[in-house]
Amino acid sequence: MSRTPLDTVEHAAATPDVELPWAELGLKKDEYERIVEILGRRPTGAELAMYSVMWSEHCSYKSSKVHLRQFGEKAPQSDALLVGIGENAGVVDVGQGYAVTFKVESHNHPSYVEPYQGAATGVGGIVRDIIAMGARPVAVVDPLRFGAADHPDTKRVLPGVVAGIGGYGNCLGLPNIGGEVVFDACYQGNPLVNAGAIGVMRHEDIHLAKASGAGNKVILYGARTGGDGIGGASILASETFDDAKPSKRPAVQVGDPFQEKLLIECTLEAFKEKLVVGIQDLGAAGLSCATSELASNGSGGMRVTLDDVPLRDSTLSPEEILMSESQERMCAVVEPDKVDRFLEICDKWDVIATVIGEVTDGDRLEIYWHGGKIVDVDPRTVAHDGPVYERPYARPSWQDELQADDANKLPRPQTSEELKDQVLKLVGSPNQASKKWITSQYDHFVQGNTVLAQPEDSGMIRVDEESGLGVAIATDGNGRYAKLDPYTGAQLALAEAYRNVATTGAKPLAVSDCLNFGSPEDPAVMWQFAEAVRGLADGCQQLGTPVTGGNVSLYNQTGEAAIHPTPVVAVLGVIDDVARRTPVAFQEEGQLLYLLGDTREEFGGSAWSQVIHDHLGGLPPKVDLERERLLAEILISASRDGMIDSAHDLSDGGLIQAVVESALLGGKGARLVVPDGLDAFTFLFSESAGRAVVAVPRSEEVRFNDMCGARGLPVTRIGVVDGDTVDVQGEFALTLTELRELHESTIPALLA
Amino acid sequence: MTARIGVVTFPGSLDDRDTQRAIRLAGAEPVALWHKDKNLHQVDAVVLPGGFSYGDYLRAGAISRFSPVMETVIEQAKAGLPVLGICNGFQILTEAHLLPGGMLGNNHLHFICRDQKLRVENAETAWTSDYESGQEIHIPLKNMDGRYVADQYTLDKLEAEGRVAFRYLDFNPNGSLNDIAGITNEAGNVVGLMPHPEHAVEPLIGTGRTDGLPFFTSILKKLVNA
Repeated sequence: MSRTPLDTVEHAAATPDVELPWAELGLKKDEYERIVEILGRRPTGAELAMYSVMWSEHCSYKSSKVHLRQFGEKAPQSDALLVGIGENAGVVDVGQGYAVTFKVESHNHPSYVEPYQGAATGVGGIVRDIIAMGARPVAVVDPLRFGAADHPDTKRVLPGVVAGIGGYGNCLGLPNIGGEVVFDACYQGNPLVNAGAIGVMRHEDIHLAKASGAGNKVILYGARTGGDGIGGASILASETFDDAKPSKRPAVQVGDPFQEKLLIECTLEAFKEKLVVGIQDLGAAGLSCATSELASNGSGGMRVTLDDVPLRDSTLSPEEILMSESQERMCAVVEPDKVDRFLEICDKWDVIATVIGEVTDGDRLEIYWHGGKIVDVDPRTVAHDGPVYERPYARPSWQDELQADDANKLPRPQTSEELKDQVLKLVGSPNQASKKWITSQYDHFVQGNTVLAQPEDSGMIRVDEESGLGVAIATDGNGRYAKLDPYTGAQLALAEAYRNVATTGAKPLAVSDCLNFGSPEDPAVMWQFAEAVRGLADGCQQLGTPVTGGNVSLYNQTGEAAIHPTPVVAVLGVIDDVARRTPVAFQEEGQLLYLLGDTREEFGGSAWSQVIHDHLGGLPPKVDLERERLLAEILISASRDGMIDSAHDLSDGGLIQAVVESALLGGKGARLVVPDGLDAFTFLFSESAGRAVVAVPRSEEVRFNDMCGARGLPVTRIGVVDGDTVDVQGEFALTLTELRELHESTIPALLA
Repeated sequence: MTARIGVVTFPGSLDDRDTQRAIRLAGAEPVALWHKDKNLHQVDAVVLPGGFSYGDYLRAGAISRFSPVMETVIEQAKAGLPVLGICNGFQILTEAHLLPGGMLGNNHLHFICRDQKLRVENAETAWTSDYESGQEIHIPLKNMDGRYVADQYTLDKLEAEGRVAFRYLDFNPNGSLNDIAGITNEAGNVVGLMPHPEHAVEPLIGTGRTDGLPFFTSILKKLVNA
């Protein structure tokens, strides 16, 4: 029997002329040449596999790195930050000895190819990042964006994505407490499926991804390694979809939430007994990533015997084992005398665990297969020294024209009747309509600590049963604003998430982001990216909320058409006592409604311009971050001191959308009076930032007004909680029944 | 004195810790039980919690029903040990034939999570005596396979013997026959239901109602007064 010899390091050195399929693995010629230069010889097949996945856009951030540095350079001083960018997820101090870790990631491309599994494994991946920090996951959130609501493909993608998120997250026992659902034709063919997770731990339980201590064992545990997701990272995430190429379906991984649930429990039990020196989850790039990152972040080298990896498919080649993205696997570094106990815990939970290698004295990552050495690299060159591109970027030629197409000049409703019709159109439009059909497929209640869940302004979870300490999270993004002005658009996303956290009574502490853009090879897209990152970094600096980590998703485009630049921002906040949280729903008739902040004629990128005129042009609303900070302080103080009973931030759809939502959730109507100096149209539809509507009990009226006056926040009394209509006096009145019917029937009619 | 109430953790159980909390809030002592351990550790009652034990593989509850702990639970339930099955626990109880009928996938084919209105039809079981018969309550519901089915003979028998413990009101969330949300065995010591009373025990959390607490105070009173 004859067979090709194993491509060992020795063999590679002896056969310099062998051609390797670097292009098929997604590497560029100069990248391949660099690998040869680093190694001083041609790479083996296994080495090439590792470099190709780790140097992919998805894993190496090669196009975005030069811009992302700003998050570190401009990071505000924050006592709350315990672990910053670079680890599996950032960690924030929330007081009373508790630390919270959170992160948002994308699973966009896989979710388009296979909506259910793509979205499900997105949840699985982000949750493993949280466990890898040492935390128990306590909640997930899902910011989602799809093509036009009435497009046939949306009906394929959305139900699958929602079922996948629910199917995985529900089975893991994680309450889904927030996120967004946005429809826009620009996401046709490039849906954005972002997933966020929060975990809670004690300060002393923080774990990091590093392998230290020669002789310590490397244990792979969780699912067996199979052929799914091979090359997913490099092929799926780094190329634009093109109809002419063959189907990429096999590259999407398949998830098993039951296995992940066991992984959570056995990992947390091992942490509790202090058995783990370092830990890393296996996500994109699988074992290639886990071994090279653990080894390069630690003090020594690492030796791995690939033959010991438990396989689901015995025909896998060593290259495939290294690249496999089989889900529900983790890698732990454990001291030799604790290995038995670690394996015992895995056995208790019926989790397969295998020692596959050990930490060595040297500084090399060596991998063996059938007795031959098939990898011998400096792990840093794989994990951290990937290529860095200074991609050219330029403000697109059409930007001026787009901004000159002023939305404020669009025809406005002339009569009360027209105004009413437009309100009804907006409230029933897919983006403004109730997303209950979607969110009711997610478990909100599991773990018994959910204080607020969508459609509240932010999700809120109780952390400590005794003291009532809690955390809140909101995710926001508006691609329409960002298209008009990426710098301002990114800051508006930050401002909205920050405001949403404060509206519920929590103090914003830190930021995670998921930056969704088109192809970095297009200078216009690269400019959008650079501007958005600059805007976000500047904004975080000003608000004092550091970016703790996140994710970049590029190549979200089909052919020449890129998605709107869509930075999605997650803000994490803390609240001393969840009993003081402020809900969106109107609580009691007779309470006074106040509008906080300034209302200007700002309609660029607005929901009104989209729904009524199918228009996108002009400038997005102005951002004033000092005002946002002041508004947040007022909202937090008012919540803490019991001055407000409900509050809702104003964003897309403007004031009328917010009031309708508060009324429907509370089952109580409102009488509104158009304030002096504003016309009814601007009052109802303007999307000026830095605003919220609050309901104040009459007994607190004076105190609340005094507080706003003393701190210089504009406050306008606009009406009262009353009756079973939303009544804009002198204009129109709509019953809650008709509003509810309209608001709640849109999504089921399109998707059910 | 208080009562010791066991909560079984199967691989994939999700609401085990929540159930322990509810038991504690009701004033009883929760005891964690492990699926591989046949020993019930002298508990006075057992709750099989919600979740996706064994990932719902094969059929919800079908594998857990064969866990070592279930051997003892089945034996002692027949001898009168109070047992409550919530959601996946209810599914396990039907698989174990401690309760009749079974659960199919929701008739709309989606997972559903909502605040569900129920009527207490039988306030005389070990787990419902703190309710009034006919009382209307709100309890969170969340499941994929919640459609209660049984043959006509069994349904008629359940109805005739007053063994439908809870019925869905206003909206049947999964297509359950006769709007059945929960049932009891003849002796009234074994009760199963799809909604989650352990998620309705604190005013601030979840739906903000405490309509689920009487499940746990009912059993506590029964055990303490016994």
